[in-house]
Amino acid sequence: MRESKSMSETATAPVLTAKDFATDQEVRWCPGCGDYSILAQVQKVMPTLGIPRENIVIISGIGCSSRFPYYMNTYGMHSIHGRATAIASGLKASRPELSVWIVSGDGDSLSIGGNHTIHLLRRNFDVNLLVFNNQIYGLTKGQYSPTSEENKVTKSTPFGSIDHPFNPLALAMGADASFVARTMDRDPKHLQAMLLRTNQHKGASFLEIYQNCNIFNDGAFEVFTEKGSKAQETLFLEQGKPLLFGAGSDKGIKLDGFTPKVVNLADGYSADDLWIHDEQDIYKAQILTRIFDDPKVEGHLPRPFGVFYENDRPCYEEIMALQIEDAKARKTADLDALLKGKETWTIV
Amino acid sequence: MARKQEVLQDVVIKFAGDSGDGMQLTGTQFTNNTALLGIDLSTFPDFPAEIRAPIGTIPGVSGFQLRFSSDRVFTPGDACDVLVAMNAAALKANLGALKKGGKIIVNTDGFDSKNLRLANYPDGENPLENGSLENYEVIRIDVTKMTREALKEFQMGMKEKDRAKNMFVLGFLYWLYGRDMSNTTDFLKEKFGKKPDILDSNMKVLQAGYNYGDTTEAFAITYKVEKAKMPSGTYRSVMGNQSLAYGLIAAAQVSGLPMFLGTYPITPASDILHELSRHKNFGIRTFQAEDEIAAITSAIGASYGGALGVTTTSGPGMALKAEAMGLAVMLEVPLVIINVQRGGPSTGLPTKTEQSDLLQAYYGRNGECPMPVISASTPADCFEAVYEAVRISVQHMTPVIFLSDGYIANGAEPWKFPATADLPPIHVKFKTELGHGEEKLQPYLRDEKLARPWAVPGTAGLEHRIGGLEKQNITGNISYDPENHQLMVKIRQEKVDKIAEYIPEQKIDSGAAKGKVLVLGWGSTFGAIKSAVSELIAAGHEVSHAHLRYVRPFPKNLGEILKSFDTVLVPEINNGQLIKILRDVYLVDAKPYNKIMGVPITKTELVEEIRKYL
Repeated sequence: MRESKSMSETATAPVLTAKDFATDQEVRWCPGCGDYSILAQVQKVMPTLGIPRENIVIISGIGCSSRFPYYMNTYGMHSIHGRATAIASGLKASRPELSVWIVSGDGDSLSIGGNHTIHLLRRNFDVNLLVFNNQIYGLTKGQYSPTSEENKVTKSTPFGSIDHPFNPLALAMGADASFVARTMDRDPKHLQAMLLRTNQHKGASFLEIYQNCNIFNDGAFEVFTEKGSKAQETLFLEQGKPLLFGAGSDKGIKLDGFTPKVVNLADGYSADDLWIHDEQDIYKAQILTRIFDDPKVEGHLPRPFGVFYENDRPCYEEIMALQIEDAKARKTADLDALLKGKETWTIV
Repeated sequence: MARKQEVLQDVVIKFAGDSGDGMQLTGTQFTNNTALLGIDLSTFPDFPAEIRAPIGTIPGVSGFQLRFSSDRVFTPGDACDVLVAMNAAALKANLGALKKGGKIIVNTDGFDSKNLRLANYPDGENPLENGSLENYEVIRIDVTKMTREALKEFQMGMKEKDRAKNMFVLGFLYWLYGRDMSNTTDFLKEKFGKKPDILDSNMKVLQAGYNYGDTTEAFAITYKVEKAKMPSGTYRSVMGNQSLAYGLIAAAQVSGLPMFLGTYPITPASDILHELSRHKNFGIRTFQAEDEIAAITSAIGASYGGALGVTTTSGPGMALKAEAMGLAVMLEVPLVIINVQRGGPSTGLPTKTEQSDLLQAYYGRNGECPMPVISASTPADCFEAVYEAVRISVQHMTPVIFLSDGYIANGAEPWKFPATADLPPIHVKFKTELGHGEEKLQPYLRDEKLARPWAVPGTAGLEHRIGGLEKQNITGNISYDPENHQLMVKIRQEKVDKIAEYIPEQKIDSGAAKGKVLVLGWGSTFGAIKSAVSELIAAGHEVSHAHLRYVRPFPKNLGEILKSFDTVLVPEINNGQLIKILRDVYLVDAKPYNKIMGVPITKTELVEEIRKYL
């Protein structure tokens, strides 16, 4: 049914730029929204991936972030609340050659669509799930979300939220995600690097993007994004490198048994004493995702950013296709034989 | 031993026992055996919702009713000629449906004091001994004892041995109706080929049951039912969910579309998944999703990518899928949503039949959200009806709801299966490039059917975005314009209404094109209505029967047909749903006949009802 034309044509297609991925639709996010930065980085990264534009599909659910597909000149679907992950599963299962991206928010993928998110991850479809986490419901004008901090005063919690928030990356690890990473809207370089890694990973990639909602939850991630505090409060993970942070990388994280501890290099510690990051180590990745301290609490650990975990395991759509190929090789598809069945009788 | 053989025209047997007694298997085997002889038949399995309800109790009784006849039959029969009762509870639950003078074949071992107590017989009362069965012919067999006796050489536990009891009964019935047993011995060989002990024990007990009839002098007569006079051709026996699965496979093959089934297990629809998952060699992808919502939305994703998206469920699942159906209506992608109806509301009666989701199919979504609705009327009819559902879905670019029910799903009947070469074509058009003068794809530019183009990802130059927000006519851009919204609502409605131009006109199934009473049905009431109407026509009455496959939109000529009769009677297994729509659409003063007991309408009660209007 589909012609190979598109693939062969694009082999000689002109090199595309970010502009080629923009649409004629007016972008309607609030001025100053973190989504603008994410859109810009995605549009910058897309032309570098070597994927024909027609093979890229962006599927979103409902929420501010879910307007995303309208602004990307690829195939796209703005679906219903929480279900983008399930729609993407069906699409990827039947069209494994497509590059499928899911754009979602904390409400969409962790509240109403929480179930589909964990199942997408455990099945390991080769798709990219971008979760724009702003810790608030923006589109419905300011109720708390499943990632909002406890005691948060919002329109629906005038006396403070009594909900305990999700730790999204720990949840992803619990669902056996094969790629788990975090980045932020205010660090374009890191965001681009993470988008590239997300795309490179074969399997379900979970990328949490801290995104500022300047209308309903302004400054939620300020301590991680602003110059004055960023160095102290963030820990950028790099494969094979020691966990260093602080002004001039003067501090590090050391594992004391299973417990991460902050040490000052000035106290005689060297890089050799520190935790060396290994993305393949599932046990350490789980400890890393659990570093989720409230920056307001004394003695807290810095928040990690980067790739926490990556693991290669077979993708659902591949195994599904293999089973079908195998079944075809074993038994010819003979519709007449199927309809006839084993036992028949004839009336003359 | 030479015996007298009596020829019968029509026999109804009910196999009843504990849900662990293997009555469904016994019934199915006897059914297949009957079918292979060219005898017409209709079945009605009736089992509890519990997998293993308490042993020996009435809620734990599982039944399988089979009617076979040398005449054409369209229902499994209102009352039984023969009742096989494996225990006291099975007798108590089914005696009411046995004809006066009917045969009861009882397993006497199932009538000990414990079984009698579990079946709630009063203390000291045993129906086999207190004369309460004197109006019936009771055949007493200690099946348990004879089974154990037949297996006395076998090195297996008593519990294992007792499992073969149903084979004894089956063997005995094969003898009683003069049958060859090879279909069952072949079946056992295939099923237990890798477990020689179980195979041998089952074969031995089956033969023991046959020999018991043959050698016991007490049984003087055997019976025979001749071949039915059916249209010539080659037949097989088929169950509703099975023929539905075949219809989907055939439609996928003929249309050239790869099929994707997104589904979540639910009674009584799960067998469609089971059947389809076995046929991966046809390129079928079956996806057991995490819930009903993921089941339909994954199918929407597949359809968006150019596959034939299908989802199967029953009432509670339909309720969960409602929002996603709305999305499919807005996206205008093909999708077949199959509802094998069961008793509701809520969890309702999972294993019992009902037709109570018609209004849900019509109206059960937010907003103005029209979808075509197609229904199947018998097990074999599922094939053709679902094939039509696929055709309409892909040619009109619309989700389609397909209604079956528990009675159709689990029932079996002879099927004159088609040859692949005779299946009508299903033409599928993908948009592969921009049209003349088109600068970019107009996703909502329509053809003469008002269908929009199916432009799938991977097609260069046709990149576009669609979604659940209201869209501008033609361009598909988001639009909140009031005039545009009204226009789009009207277009989506007209698109569904227009399908009436692409479906056959309504036919009268039995009787004249005008007269006193028209009995109008849809779905699984077909057999009962056909039987009742045929009987009344034979008695010289002016009655006709029409049966709807296309429930939305209705065939173009339906209004004319309704006007041609003094009375329109609408029997339904619900509280009156089709009749509401008919009254709304045609302003016709139709009369309802409703039965909401989880069981089919019988011919007898329907004849009585129709007579009121003659």
